[in-house]
Amino acid sequence: MQVQTVVDGKALHVYLAGEIDHDSAPRIREKIDDKVTECRPCVLRLDFSDVSFMDSSGVGLVMGRYRHAHALGCATEVTHLTPRYEKIMKMSGLSKIVKFS
Amino acid sequence: MKKINECRMTVDAKSVNEGFCRAVCAAFAAQAEPTVEEIGDIKTAVSEAVTNCIVHAYREMGGKIYITASLLADQRLRITVRDRGCGIADVKQAMEPLFTTVGDDRSGLGFSVMETFSDKLTVRSKVGKGTTVIIEKKLRGRARD
Repeated sequence: MQVQTVVDGKALHVYLAGEIDHDSAPRIREKIDDKVTECRPCVLRLDFSDVSFMDSSGVGLVMGRYRHAHALGCATEVTHLTPRYEKIMKMSGLSKIVKFS
Repeated sequence: MKKINECRMTVDAKSVNEGFCRAVCAAFAAQAEPTVEEIGDIKTAVSEAVTNCIVHAYREMGGKIYITASLLADQRLRITVRDRGCGIADVKQAMEPLFTTVGDDRSGLGFSVMETFSDKLTVRSKVGKGTTVIIEKKLRGRARD
């Protein structure tokens, strides 16, 4: 699992690549939270373009990042979900608090 | 229904084995020529079941996970994931969407996801003895489209 971060003005782009499961999620979480705490962006944008697998651990990952970012006044967006990932995300009601695009 | 083929494996309840378990089940299912979608469904459901064993049944303390994948004569795939962990006191409650007993970024969607991506989900559990989850999915496949 690879996590690449790019700061673009007030936005922090996080490009996720590989598999998101209960095994990989803690390492991804740490990288994102550290970067958000360090950069204090206005928007955290999680890009799922290169995610090859995701189970409900991905939902927990986004929920947790939303909570962390929200506490620091930062909005969370999720981009490039496949229909499968979007289906899993929507089961949680996440789309009410996190913008999907 | 008659079994055409069967695969059994026992793995340690370690998170590093989650990817291995779903990959083995997907590879076993490949003989029925499933679609890419069906393979994705299987991998997702198995990943949830194995994660439940590690996180809930054994509470991240380790144990063994017993997986049987069977291909039945009617092109149905049946995957049984069994543990000898703590068991579930109230299966109905555990299967409710968003219900979870642990924090730490768990979404409480494990059983909901398994239900969504399978045709039939059976959960049997006994407190102190363990849990058995049976995931069944009919593989319609490319060749039979």
